[in-house]
Amino acid sequence: MRDVAVVGFAQAPAVRETHGTTNGVEMLVPVFHEVLGALGLTKSDIGFWCSGSSDYVAGRAFSFIAAVDAIGAFPPINESHVEADAAWACYEAWVKIQTGEVDVALVYGFGKSSAGKLRRVMTMQLDPYTVAPLWPDSLSVAGLQARAGLDRGAWTEQQMAEVAARSRADAKSNPRAQVKGDVSVEDLLARPYLADPLRRHDCAPITDGAAALVLAAGDRARELAERPAWITGIAHRVDSANLGGRDLTASPSTAGAAKAAGLDHKVDVAELHAPFTHQELVLRGALGLNGSRINPSGGALCGNPMFSAGLIRIGEAARQISSGQADRALAHATSGPALQHNLVCLMEGRD
Amino acid sequence: MTSLSAPLNVEFDYTRSLGPVLGRFITGLRDRRIEGIRGDDGRVHVPPVEYDPVTARKLTEWVEVAAAGTVRTWTWVSEPDEGQPLTRPFAWALIQLDGADTSMLHAVDVPSPDDIRTGMRVRVRWAADPVGSMHDIACFEPGEAVEAQAGQGEAVTMVTTPVRLAYTHSASAEETRYLDGLREGRLLGQRCPVCRKVYIPPRGACPTDGVPTVDEVELPDHGTVTTFCIVNVPFLGQRIAPPYVAAYVLLDGADIAFQHLILGCDASSVRMGMRVEAVWRPREEWQQSLANIDHFEPSGEPDAPFETYSQHL
Amino acid sequence: MAGQLAAVIGTGQTDHTAKRLDVSMGGLCREAIDRALADANVDWPDIDAVVLGKAPDMFEGVMMPELFLADALGAVGKPLLRVHTAGSVGGSTANVAATLVQSGVHRRVLAVAFEKQSESNAMWALSIPTPFTMPVHAGAGGYFAPHVRSYIRRAGAPEHIGAMVAAKDRRNGALNPHAHLKQPDITVESVRASKMLWDPIRYDETCPSSDGACAVVIADEKTAGPGAAWITATAMRTEPTTFAGRDQVNPRAGRDAAAALWKQAGIDDPLTQVDAAEIYVPFSWFEPMWLENLGFTGIGDGWKLTEAGETEIGGQLPVNPSGGVLSSNPIGASGMIRFAEAAMQVMGRAGAHQVPGARVALGHAYGGGSQYFAMWTVSANKPS
Repeated sequence: MRDVAVVGFAQAPAVRETHGTTNGVEMLVPVFHEVLGALGLTKSDIGFWCSGSSDYVAGRAFSFIAAVDAIGAFPPINESHVEADAAWACYEAWVKIQTGEVDVALVYGFGKSSAGKLRRVMTMQLDPYTVAPLWPDSLSVAGLQARAGLDRGAWTEQQMAEVAARSRADAKSNPRAQVKGDVSVEDLLARPYLADPLRRHDCAPITDGAAALVLAAGDRARELAERPAWITGIAHRVDSANLGGRDLTASPSTAGAAKAAGLDHKVDVAELHAPFTHQELVLRGALGLNGSRINPSGGALCGNPMFSAGLIRIGEAARQISSGQADRALAHATSGPALQHNLVCLMEGRD
Repeated sequence: MTSLSAPLNVEFDYTRSLGPVLGRFITGLRDRRIEGIRGDDGRVHVPPVEYDPVTARKLTEWVEVAAAGTVRTWTWVSEPDEGQPLTRPFAWALIQLDGADTSMLHAVDVPSPDDIRTGMRVRVRWAADPVGSMHDIACFEPGEAVEAQAGQGEAVTMVTTPVRLAYTHSASAEETRYLDGLREGRLLGQRCPVCRKVYIPPRGACPTDGVPTVDEVELPDHGTVTTFCIVNVPFLGQRIAPPYVAAYVLLDGADIAFQHLILGCDASSVRMGMRVEAVWRPREEWQQSLANIDHFEPSGEPDAPFETYSQHL
Repeated sequence: MAGQLAAVIGTGQTDHTAKRLDVSMGGLCREAIDRALADANVDWPDIDAVVLGKAPDMFEGVMMPELFLADALGAVGKPLLRVHTAGSVGGSTANVAATLVQSGVHRRVLAVAFEKQSESNAMWALSIPTPFTMPVHAGAGGYFAPHVRSYIRRAGAPEHIGAMVAAKDRRNGALNPHAHLKQPDITVESVRASKMLWDPIRYDETCPSSDGACAVVIADEKTAGPGAAWITATAMRTEPTTFAGRDQVNPRAGRDAAAALWKQAGIDDPLTQVDAAEIYVPFSWFEPMWLENLGFTGIGDGWKLTEAGETEIGGQLPVNPSGGVLSSNPIGASGMIRFAEAAMQVMGRAGAHQVPGARVALGHAYGGGSQYFAMWTVSANKPS
């Protein structure tokens, strides 16, 4: 395997609503400018581009096509697109670099969640024969998962609120976060249910956003970054789609991805893509994280731009390494209802 | 500046063919009977799965299960949404029917979240008029199974699933400026600061340079047909009787053509290079739309030489 | 070729038709997958990862359908990747699957692509009126027909070329058991007599709307046995849909992709070194257009190859011996079918539409407004 590192990352501010189009162009132009500018690169230095986005978030077929305008994709670019969080685009780009065909790749994701009614849009991910026709929404599916753990004693509402309070406090130092501030667990638990057993603080906000990340191989990475975040392993796994046929309080696909990525000892920091508080608890269990700093960025609970929130976890974890705050970091991304599809990326700094 | 926005409704009734496994299950629901399928590990899946989640093998062994079962987990819906089984607040639950090893998702009709708990026994409330869909189970309700009048009829092979999603579509700031111009009968393009090409409509990012177009350029309402086709085919939502011409029109001073209609002459007389001018709708009908130009028609000028538009094909 | 060796060891397709009302989406995919696994002589435990390609989710009304299909795709507990690059997606999906092997990450990868157009109406999904955008009222062929006219003008091509392509592809389709349209008796005259829909495109020169799926199994050097189709090059290129001065007839993204492809494959004279080509031709005239774009002929000469009959089975460069997109068009799968058919040719498994002695073949796909290109070359000869 070639040595590949995250060498650059930029993110649009996570906000409730932007005023641009659903094709991401207005959000992406400044993000590309920032990430390439910081590395002293231009578009012609990028050997491979890969993006993640969703037609259903945009409400239009082929919504990702116009996004390449933000690149200025002429002369033509070597490019691919995943209909998934851009963390999977990052995986595809990492694979591409492993073939030896390219040395530098730029990965981006975008989504204007505010364009539609997000929780109802996400219903479209469910089994179209026996589940989606009933229109359960994404909050309800998460609520079923949360209750399963509560009733089994796997977690408590107190623990869920603690996740929210810690995330919001950490987000205070994240200029891109949408939700932040000091709040007490008692106050949170005194608030009403949004979708019993979920309260508002248990759910990620609705966020418009975009992000871009640059991967580079070997010496190219060492030229571009003072302290590259070397990817020591990246893998993903999917679970059964049958919500009533799997244990919703566990995440075998997360555990499987971590194993395949080579998670064998402690990481200093973990950025987990948990759009619901209880999902962080599921993930921590699946990853066996003890004593690691969780989500210093505030995580998806403080800003959840659809289709880039997973990529942002990789970018934030890489930033912990490049800034010298961590030597070993784990990033996780999720996709699908109730943590169905999970990706784990392990990174380290080398001095 | 504020961008224009407008509703965008994505609505379609999907017609889903079910295949043998789901077809048999839905046929059963229509007949007030619930059947599951046995997996390779012996588990009975309800709803049935076509392929085993572990071995991926095609499953074929059917098992009839009860119309009552146990709530395995639930969540509360205080504001029901369009298409859901109940219009008053209700619970979603994963319900493990007696005889099944997996749980199915459905609604439980209880007055409040205080009236449901994990472990509670619930039974099917059948829809009065089954049609062959998941909605043939109207919902679940507290209680044990009761004998239902079984129906029988033709096998259900298809379900229709209406999808209704409402979006707000926004124009970019550049496009908004252009649309506002159209309302005043003006054709406003913008020049890319890098390549100096004039785009109409203007762009949030010049597609070759990745920067917004900026300098405004007002364009005339006449230009050249670069290429075209003659539409002979009728289709849904068509506005004009065929044959008619859909053409790329390159306005004088623009560096990119847009598609529009060429009317006011025989379709067969339209040529590449033909000079055309806009025919505007009455001013009182003008909106923020290129449709303010009803169509283009020949201007009577001599055709443009091929070299003048050959780079726009 | 980049990275480690990879080869197609099995392919499978559904029986494509307008409406496959006898199967679910999972069942449709499995018809192709089960045939591919059998053709490759492998079973589920042998598959390390699954890659699924499909065109817009709105065609079937399911957001990221690979998620609900995970069980049917045999992907549970495995990596499952979803590719979407517009109409080229079937080809891109095969290319992405190939990189999973070429990178050394996996040994055997299953790539699947499908479209079940009968779940909705593709025209509806593609033409949901976008606010502030004036509908052009041109219909499905209205986008491409003007560019075909531009080609005819630029190349000085005679009017009957499109009909020749259509008649050839439909006759070839009649040799292919999976083809949606089988018209053994079609002639150039009958095509020219069919209704003119989007002048210059006639009814018989347009692709059908199909339900269908395709799957390929790609394996590493250790796993691939004799008879595999070695992937000797892959290429993908994208350019924006519209920009000032864009060449819509001969897009640079296609030219660049082809140049990269031939270089990687070590091919310097494609016309003599390629034995069969499966080229994405949804409207007949795109055969000569892509022959030029791909570099098989000089600019303006593509139609001459067609007119000389050299693109028929038995000609110098048989193009679309399977019948091509003009005979079957399950959109998301159409690109992969081209890639799979290319592999079948060099594996000698193309049955009645086999090009005798084919050793090197091209699979090609494009999408969007001719802006996404994906291609691969496969060879019966193992690269040294």
